[in-house]
Amino acid sequence: MKISTKHFFRCLLAMACIVASVQRSSAQMDNDGIMVPKNYLCPGVMYGNSQWTNYWEGTYKRSNGNIGTLTSNMYSLMVTYGVTNNLIATVSLPYITTHSTAGTLHNQKGFQDAALNVKWKGLKFSSGGSRFALFASVTASTPSSDYQADYLPLALGSHSTDFSGRAVFDYTFHKFFFTGSGAYMTRSNITIDRNSYYTSQLIYSNQVELPNMSDYNFRTGFRSKYFIAEGVADISTSLGGFDIRKNDMPFPSNRMNMTSLGANFRYRLKSFYNLEFTAGDDYVVAGRNVGQANMIHGGLSYIFSLKGKESQVNYYKN
Amino acid sequence: MKRYLRNTTFVTLAAASLCCTSCKKDIIDRTQQYPALSPKALDLNADTWKPVLIGDPGVFTVDAPVATNSPAYIADLNEIKGLQRSITDDQRALVKYWSAGAVLRWNEIMRNLVAKHNLAPYQNVDGSYPAPSSGNPFAYPTFPFANPPYAARAYAYVSAAEYDALIAAYHFKKMYNRSAPYVNDPTIQALIPKSALPSYPSEDAVVEGAAVEMMKLLFPADVAYIEQQAQNERLYRMVAGANVRGELDAGESLGKQVADVFTARARTDKAGAAGGNKAYWTQLQTQTAARGETYWISLETPKRPPMLPLFNKVKPFLFDTATVVALRPGPPYSTNSPEFKAQIAEVLNYSQHPTRANEELTAFWADGTATYTPAGHWNAIAADEFVKQNYSEVRWARNFALLNMAEMDAAIVCWDTKYAYFNPRPSQANDQIKTLTGIPNFPSYSSGHSNFSGAAATVLNYLLPGSGTKFTEMAQQAAMSRLVSGIHTRQDIEVGLQTGNAVGQYAVQRAESDGAGITGN
Repeated sequence: MKISTKHFFRCLLAMACIVASVQRSSAQMDNDGIMVPKNYLCPGVMYGNSQWTNYWEGTYKRSNGNIGTLTSNMYSLMVTYGVTNNLIATVSLPYITTHSTAGTLHNQKGFQDAALNVKWKGLKFSSGGSRFALFASVTASTPSSDYQADYLPLALGSHSTDFSGRAVFDYTFHKFFFTGSGAYMTRSNITIDRNSYYTSQLIYSNQVELPNMSDYNFRTGFRSKYFIAEGVADISTSLGGFDIRKNDMPFPSNRMNMTSLGANFRYRLKSFYNLEFTAGDDYVVAGRNVGQANMIHGGLSYIFSLKGKESQVNYYKN
Repeated sequence: MKRYLRNTTFVTLAAASLCCTSCKKDIIDRTQQYPALSPKALDLNADTWKPVLIGDPGVFTVDAPVATNSPAYIADLNEIKGLQRSITDDQRALVKYWSAGAVLRWNEIMRNLVAKHNLAPYQNVDGSYPAPSSGNPFAYPTFPFANPPYAARAYAYVSAAEYDALIAAYHFKKMYNRSAPYVNDPTIQALIPKSALPSYPSEDAVVEGAAVEMMKLLFPADVAYIEQQAQNERLYRMVAGANVRGELDAGESLGKQVADVFTARARTDKAGAAGGNKAYWTQLQTQTAARGETYWISLETPKRPPMLPLFNKVKPFLFDTATVVALRPGPPYSTNSPEFKAQIAEVLNYSQHPTRANEELTAFWADGTATYTPAGHWNAIAADEFVKQNYSEVRWARNFALLNMAEMDAAIVCWDTKYAYFNPRPSQANDQIKTLTGIPNFPSYSSGHSNFSGAAATVLNYLLPGSGTKFTEMAQQAAMSRLVSGIHTRQDIEVGLQTGNAVGQYAVQRAESDGAGITGN
């Protein structure tokens, strides 16, 4: 089975976004300009580790001797399938563990939110050495277990069912590229284990309305046959929610904003190019009601054609 | 095929965005669903019920109302008519909200303030902790830190003041026997269920006056918010055709006069000194060590002084200070004993095997930071029940007073126990014990949740005799939540429930002889 190297990049880039998003909050994903050819399948595993010692209580940055350093580990399975050369579908399921180094709060572990992303390459054109492409992608994610959302900062996630739509613009000039995208995510109400809670007033319900979110993602760098190196900037914003008050506990409907900068690398061997390695790091440079996390991730994926033959698509184009 | 897929994608995008809008549903707050109060009995003999602090209601000043044919009264009626002719949606919303009952809504307002202020102060740069100051309530940390004992005391004072104020109001209502505006002038609509209770002075305004005056003392940083609620309630009574301005003024004045009796007590009940000082905190350690016991150490970083170690000195409502000591349970197992180690081993086992059900139980009853505290939770439970009973306002007040005096006194007895023994938390005895909710910053034995819940269930069992074992089971669940979450040992919760029950019995004894009886008349 002979497979083109570039498929791996496509596959891995698609997956890397999912990883970053899962660690971030729930499932913003698919913010790159990479596709997988028709009838190709790309299963992979990803590991992510997020750590923070400082966090923002509203806009006030502090540490907390009763948390110490908060660590979360993510182990994710994901599969991408090329429905057509212009349409791919990705499913993912992360398993997450959290723990803090200080204080008495119990750690958490469990499966988080299952996600399905469908990405469609809608437009493409080229001019000289430049190529442009526009993508639209939609993501749905929903909790795959009964984990506790109202247990921040150790909760595995927000336990909401989310939908997001993203528009992606990808530009390449020879081996350099720039990708920009914007997403809007709606989040369902969640059910918590208590029947009243305080936001800016007491609410007598076990239902919590979570703010919707926007996300802007920018990535630029070098994209070649065997190696991708990119810098990544991400701005994630809650469109509502309230601030953690001084010395209060966090709550799922806080206004959680985060700006991160990072780098991602992908590599494959010439001799065994259906296997791809990926590694990256993102660091939160600004935030509100979130931890100042450093997030590393690494992964392994394997791409192959279900038809057992090479794709006709020129995947080098965006 | 390609076009088909493109179309499918567009449809998918459109469907996703539609779906998004449909999964946002408005949050329904169950307290906003309460119906308008329509008392099944007027409790006209309430002027003979046993008050908490006041004596003869006749000592208070309530001027005789103006005659119903006087220009002043007619002007008051015209004010209502004017309001009703141009009623706004906001005013209708006020009627819907406040008509559920004055005692109920002021209890909720207080729960809201407790939750707002139930935040432990953030440490100073040097690792010490600042204390809130009632003299400068707006400076950080804002006053008060509405922790469980503070909250229990606040609920008790406000509830008891409202109750005594209503007893006094009934005295004057019967004396002056004025009918409601909608009776005196048939062109005035009653936007709430009509009542045959004499309307001067207004019972709603009596409650408001008492609550506002008490809360000015208890929540001094929130006076503007509290006064706004009072204005809303007064407007509601007029818009609803239920009271004229003169009835509201008289009621508010009487409520404030009665509250003065309670604020005078509150200022001297020793709660202000309950925080103790560094010498006392050290003394608690040395006297515990002298008994050969491991003493409690704060599990917070930096270490926080113990919460209100002298709350045991606060003057109770249902019994005297000697009874506080008499109600103190015997000592916990020695921290050196095999029994204690077995208790800790049981907690460790729960900690090592957390279940989703135990997480749920814990979260439901945690009532920790930024909540209305365990006493507030029992107020919320009681309110949901009382709403179904269609009590008169005075019975609402009496039952909340009984519940909350029991909760405050349970806090006093529990805190007395905690600092008499200064017993370590399970996580201090074994640092492998992790908790499913935040660990409180005071000694372990006996469990506060269990004391509060035992006392509340005992009172509610008496007040609502048709409830079977519901409240007893809830109290047991509340207590059990503290064991499975790693916060308490079994002896903490079992003894706590027993002590709480014993405190609750004092409220029951009072209720049996206060002249109100179980049902209205």
